[in-house]
Amino acid sequence: MVANQPEKENPVPAFGLAARDQSGVLSPFNFSRRATGEKDVKFKVIYCGICHSDLHMIKNEWGTSTYPLVPGHEIVGEVTEVGSQVEKFKVGDRVGVGCIVGSCRSCDNCSNSIENYCPKMILTYAGTYHDGTVTYGGYSDVMVCDEHFVVRVPDALPLDAAAPLLCAGITLYSPLRYYGLDKPGIHLGIVGLGGLGHVGVKFAKAMGAKVTVISTSPAKKQEAIERHGADSFLVSRDQEQMKAAMGTLDGIIDTVSAVHPIMPLIGLLKTHGKLVLVGAPEKPLELPVFPLLMGRKIVGGSCIGGMKETQEMLDFAAKHNITADIEVISADYVNTAMQRLEKGDVKYRFVIDVAKTMQA
Amino acid sequence: MAKSPETEHPQKAFGWAARDSSGVLSPFNFSRRENGDEDVTIKIHFCGICHSDLHAIKNEWGFAHYPMVPGHEIVGIVMKSGKNVEKFREGDRVGVGVMVGSCMSCDYCNQDLENYCPKMIFTYNSVYHDGTANYGGYSDMIVVDQHFVVRFPDTMPFDAGAPLLCAGVTVYSPMKYYGMTEPGKHLGIVGLGGLGHVAVKIAKAFGLKVTVISHSPGKETEAVDRLGADGFLVSSDPLKIKAAFGSMDYIIDTVSSVHALTPLLALLKPNGKLITLGLPDKPLELPMFPLVLGRKLVGGSDIGGMKETQEMLDFCAKHSITADVEVISMDQVNVAMARLAKSDVRYRFVIDVANSLSK
Repeated sequence: MVANQPEKENPVPAFGLAARDQSGVLSPFNFSRRATGEKDVKFKVIYCGICHSDLHMIKNEWGTSTYPLVPGHEIVGEVTEVGSQVEKFKVGDRVGVGCIVGSCRSCDNCSNSIENYCPKMILTYAGTYHDGTVTYGGYSDVMVCDEHFVVRVPDALPLDAAAPLLCAGITLYSPLRYYGLDKPGIHLGIVGLGGLGHVGVKFAKAMGAKVTVISTSPAKKQEAIERHGADSFLVSRDQEQMKAAMGTLDGIIDTVSAVHPIMPLIGLLKTHGKLVLVGAPEKPLELPVFPLLMGRKIVGGSCIGGMKETQEMLDFAAKHNITADIEVISADYVNTAMQRLEKGDVKYRFVIDVAKTMQA
Repeated sequence: MAKSPETEHPQKAFGWAARDSSGVLSPFNFSRRENGDEDVTIKIHFCGICHSDLHAIKNEWGFAHYPMVPGHEIVGIVMKSGKNVEKFREGDRVGVGVMVGSCMSCDYCNQDLENYCPKMIFTYNSVYHDGTANYGGYSDMIVVDQHFVVRFPDTMPFDAGAPLLCAGVTVYSPMKYYGMTEPGKHLGIVGLGGLGHVAVKIAKAFGLKVTVISHSPGKETEAVDRLGADGFLVSSDPLKIKAAFGSMDYIIDTVSSVHALTPLLALLKPNGKLITLGLPDKPLELPMFPLVLGRKLVGGSDIGGMKETQEMLDFCAKHSITADVEVISMDQVNVAMARLAKSDVRYRFVIDVANSLSK
């Protein structure tokens, strides 16, 4: 049997960094992209953000990875070619691609612009495209993507600091809207001050919320307040602080993906409050039912956002000067970056300078 | 020196009370307050037995005070009404549910959500504004502030309507709040007991497609032929459950013991809502992946406000919805509790208080 050879599979040569196995070590990888179809947009990748999901995936922590795996779903660049039926983009446009590159385009979810909940949603990397080939992500020099799954990066946003918005940004923006936590004056808690959390504080402040950051690290307090604009800070391990804050929050967005107790978080909510999880711990959490009933509270989840909403999020970010706080790195630093990311040692997103440092 | 339950108040009353966490009920002499300006004195005709009564008399939730007269599905006739009472007159058919008081001034009270008032007062096993213990509807009469009394529709039979005062509003309220009233949408109802069977009837009246999910295969015929459910799933049949994955817009979970949420979440479509109404004594396990990947949510709900309770009764009267009841005499109440503990009732016991409560 002749295995598909990534280099020969498609006509357009491509170069990137791939993990070969569960060690997660990334190394140079020659592969190929499809020819630009009628509805496709081809673009030169300029920057790609490193999302914590990339780390989970290269190490197969969710059990869904196939190798070789080219991660990266916070991809920004410049259009170099468009297919004959493409209407929204032209050569030279600044564009981005996030976590999905395909969906069925016909189910209720797709028709309602929530392609991210389509059962046939195709992930930007480690997914299987309509043509049966494996999808490779943005730690690479070129992307070819269906225009429906490409967004315009507003001129007002710097490309590098905008890249993380394509996953982290939309992951916070979408639930703030869906769960009605975008009303001015509400009191919102954000659990975890990492890649997701710090962007969440910025969006929530722009929407007019009073924001309390909830974290296990007292050391993050100053940053949270002075740098990101949070109104207050709660150390989740400090029982007295948590007790004093009970029943004060209209909503909480919980970005923590490690297993952790949610009962104290439910206690922080006012009656009719909403706890929304965007990190997904792999083990079930304990759900105390009494407080849910007595206060008519909800615990819900959210996963990225649809394409229309992703564009809306970028436009909102441009209007309110919201970008991620980033550390730009060269391609050859990526394995070190992954090790630092594992220890939470980054303020607050690594972004790979692909155009200048990733070459075959 | 503390007054005894008999002498505490001026109006003599008689009922059955649990004395300790054995939960055994026995005759109990006590008293009710004088009928105040805002009050209505009600001769109790029937009182439904809610599963919460069983949890409460056995102190399963840990906050019981004895002697405890349970009962919060109370229907009867007005005997006296205070001088500020305009809504009710002597002879009116009325009902009292799970609450008899609240602060009447907070945001929740002002929005007709007395059930979420931090100072809400339960009908029994609680303390009234005057510091005295509240006794519930397994008794001959009750005095209640008019705000917490509802008019019982003329067309609704007393005995079969009584359970609506708790079971009815407990399922009606979340259906409205969580938006489960769009005709054609698919609702799953877990548990076919007192709450569940009323939920099927109300859901059908809203035009929903209804699937009952139960651990008892024997309930299928009842669910479909008699109650009008469109489908039935046995929770221990993994193949049928799997075939129904991703088919429901919402689920109302009435089960009060600890049980698995994972299969229920899988039954929901993306953006689906699982609303839990039962009160298990331990936390449940909540898997997060389905919540996050499908933007699903788990929510709670607790009875309903007074305005909503009246609205629910009127809705049920319009659609001829009542509970399926087994009427018993007061001296059968302990046997009924033992049967209720084994879910051996279709689907609510109702005590014929007026005809069977004698000293």
